[in-house]
Amino acid sequence: MLLGPALLVSAVLFALGVAGVLLRRNAIVIFMCVELMLNAVNLTFVALAQRLGVAGQVFVFFVMAVAAAEAAVGLAIILAIYRHRQTLNLQNINLLKG
Amino acid sequence: MSGSVIIFWAFAGLAIGSAVFCITRRSPVASALWLVVTLFSLAALFVVLDAQFIAVLQVLVYAGAIMVLFLFVIMLLNLGRQAATDIKGPLGLAVGVALAGVLGFQLGVLRVAGPPAAILLPPDAMARAAAEQGMVGSVARPLFDAYLVPFEITSVLLLAAIVGAVVLAKRRL
Repeated sequence: MLLGPALLVSAVLFALGVAGVLLRRNAIVIFMCVELMLNAVNLTFVALAQRLGVAGQVFVFFVMAVAAAEAAVGLAIILAIYRHRQTLNLQNINLLKG
Repeated sequence: MSGSVIIFWAFAGLAIGSAVFCITRRSPVASALWLVVTLFSLAALFVVLDAQFIAVLQVLVYAGAIMVLFLFVIMLLNLGRQAATDIKGPLGLAVGVALAGVLGFQLGVLRVAGPPAAILLPPDAMARAAAEQGMVGSVARPLFDAYLVPFEITSVLLLAAIVGAVVLAKRRL
């Protein structure tokens, strides 16, 4: 059965997403890595839905809706920051750092 | 090994490989395009895992709409050619890789735990439900029945996101 391998693949993809968030400084690339993590979780949902009932696939549907909303608002925030600072490097965006 | 297992591992390797490229490419455009490859291979994995409708949604919504939005913003901000790399220095690199490796190991252990055998459905349950009610019907029935209230709340969420995006992106209201 493919349940175990699918959970392994989604664990690897999630870890890669976390690595991307930790390693990169470009806000938009970090945002893409967050999308990668969401997709890894979707893979877990689909893999478990195969053996635990279709509710998992319904949840993937909701995750996609939330991801679309998050992408729209997040990219609007990134645009606003870029207009303000002329950079997307998170080292230079330190307004809340004190 | 059956055909579906071979296809699963082929696309799993493609997904992981392109995800690695996605987080290591210097140019945001290259990262975004490698992420599209990852999303497409995930759609193929969904097909292997008996979720054809979700696979179609994955291509339409993720690889289509969301990634186009990303590429739009990248090109709007003219980020295509990055002079210096934005990947952190040796110390940050080591710490990041170590933390992600630990997390990946911890999550990877879950694959041997898994859910208890007593509550598992038979392996072909999803394929049989799709054959009985149709691929879309087997997902749509619970969505508009047991999960109707969350579904309606999603529409409020999307409306709030639209309004929020317009307010944030507009220079002057």
